[in-house]
Amino acid sequence: MDFTLSKEHEMARQLFKDFAENEVKPLAQEVDETETFPKETVEKMARYGFLGIPVPKEFGGQGCDALTYAMCVEELSKVCATTGVIVSAHTSLCVDPIQTYGTPEQKAKYLPDLASGRKLGAFGLTEPGAGTDAQGQQTKAVLDGDEWVLNGSKCFITNGKEADIYIVIAVTGKIEKRGRVQKEISAFIVEKGTPGFTFGTKEKKMGIKGSSTYELIFTDCRIPKENLLGAKGKGFGIAMHTLDGGRIGIAAQALGIAEGALETTINYVKERKQFGRSISAFQNTQFMLADMATKVEAAKLLVYKAAMKKNEYAQGKKVSYSMEAAMAKLYAAEVAMEVTTKAVQLHGGYGYIREYDVERMMRDAKITEIYEGTSEVQRMVISANILN
Amino acid sequence: MKIIVCIKQVPDTKGGVKFNPDGTLDRGAMLAIMNPDDKAGLEAALRIKDTMGAEVTAITMGLPKATDVLREALAMGADKAILVTDRVLGGADTWATSTTLAGAIRNLEYDLIITGRQAIDGDTAQVGPQIAEHLGLPVISYAEAIEVKGDKVCVKRMYDDRHHMLEVKMPCLVTALAELNDPRYMTPGGIFDACAAEITTWGRADLIDVKDSDLGLKGSPTKIAKASDKVRKGAGEKVTPDSAEDAVAYIVGKLTEKHVI
Repeated sequence: MDFTLSKEHEMARQLFKDFAENEVKPLAQEVDETETFPKETVEKMARYGFLGIPVPKEFGGQGCDALTYAMCVEELSKVCATTGVIVSAHTSLCVDPIQTYGTPEQKAKYLPDLASGRKLGAFGLTEPGAGTDAQGQQTKAVLDGDEWVLNGSKCFITNGKEADIYIVIAVTGKIEKRGRVQKEISAFIVEKGTPGFTFGTKEKKMGIKGSSTYELIFTDCRIPKENLLGAKGKGFGIAMHTLDGGRIGIAAQALGIAEGALETTINYVKERKQFGRSISAFQNTQFMLADMATKVEAAKLLVYKAAMKKNEYAQGKKVSYSMEAAMAKLYAAEVAMEVTTKAVQLHGGYGYIREYDVERMMRDAKITEIYEGTSEVQRMVISANILN
Repeated sequence: MKIIVCIKQVPDTKGGVKFNPDGTLDRGAMLAIMNPDDKAGLEAALRIKDTMGAEVTAITMGLPKATDVLREALAMGADKAILVTDRVLGGADTWATSTTLAGAIRNLEYDLIITGRQAIDGDTAQVGPQIAEHLGLPVISYAEAIEVKGDKVCVKRMYDDRHHMLEVKMPCLVTALAELNDPRYMTPGGIFDACAAEITTWGRADLIDVKDSDLGLKGSPTKIAKASDKVRKGAGEKVTPDSAEDAVAYIVGKLTEKHVI
């Protein structure tokens, strides 16, 4: 077992780090304060291929692996979790399912624009009454001639109004499974601008404030028959598999937030003086930092391991990365929350002031325990894996 | 069109500087980056490639570790990379370095050679013009803007108090300032390709029309008597006098005390 990054991964990390420091960090506070989607940053990321990292070159992507993608989200999130989740939702939740389940025509039509960043992607599964309980879906899709007609709404959608291409999960009928009637769920590709597809209000959030979070509303929204993604009735599996990958992205985001808070705090405690010496000289500070650093390192190993497992899957091996992704997300998210909370504590009163980055990082960390499956759902996934 | 860009791996100014006992830099022990002026030169070449098409070859002389900056150049968009490395080339000053690079470049076809103005480790600004001299090429140094027009290159040359607009027929050599542009980032896919790419490695035997006596430490007229890291300034003294008069009196007192006035 070798824990050393390859030359290309080292170089990619340096690239993402430089980009994050030079292009993303200077805007992080303003993006948060003004709740503004960082459009110019997204355009720059598109120019350098950050929106198509794990996409094969034949579709206009970078042809890299899941670890490179995870490191990109990690480094961006170190300085701005909003920017991290824009890349994660786009790549894991929209590009990946099209790449995995799309027909050759769908891949040719959508992947080049998405991978190059000319278009941004989003994913709509959650509804007011159906978050963790995906079977609670109310959005319906009915086949009418050569078109599917969508009715219903999706809420809390990341990249909501800024995206161009949406993966939308909807009920397409009923099926009987083990004597019980269940909803038949399918996945669709919906383009912005389709008549009947509108947006609700923008959500005002605790953190990741620059991320565009909207309700998607479908009112007799007609999309071509060929925009069904995967087979009819396979939508639940597609959604769950998509979220497995998405969790690696969010785990990387959580890891980045924790690392950013740790680095910021290490610098702060060396400078901050109390009782005539820097607070890094106090054992309480030292022990807190030691615990924080150890947990961040453990989270990193889990995130990278999950990404490496996804690489194996992408190379055609018959492996599942569902449990590894759930473990990585569960642990990294909880570490992000703990580390950012301690970072604020070590900053004292200044940590509670919005001028200081750790205040934002603590608010940003909370969502990683909630979206793309709460920590409780991750525990369900992990326990189901180890008990089966 | 064919462009050669000479790049150098230099110590990262953010890292510490370490020396060998003979006073030369211990490059193997330091964090390294692509020299900023050279990176601007590479960017200028890549912009010419973007707008009118060109083959860009990056070349460097250094330790095998210098392949790092060549891979960075490839990941930014250079087409080829050449490392000139040989034990006998070690410890070279500007004369031996330019002799070596010119000897390597004689193997290549080119219309334009771009080098950085100077490297942040030596700050001599001699290697670029010396390469031009060895190859019998016209040189324009301190380029703040480069534009190719037909078989000519138009360069805005920066002087302390003025600019010169110069036009020169290719082949020629131009030395670039870091102010020339904002170099692009690498791309993730470019990095993966660069790491898989083969880097041409040349040694002493591949150099054309050079004498052994002009190479390496032995061929270097410059002898380093002593080298040291910068002496860091202390934190200084901070005073907050009550009035401007008090401040002036304090400063005058200090200057008198130190026999400055």
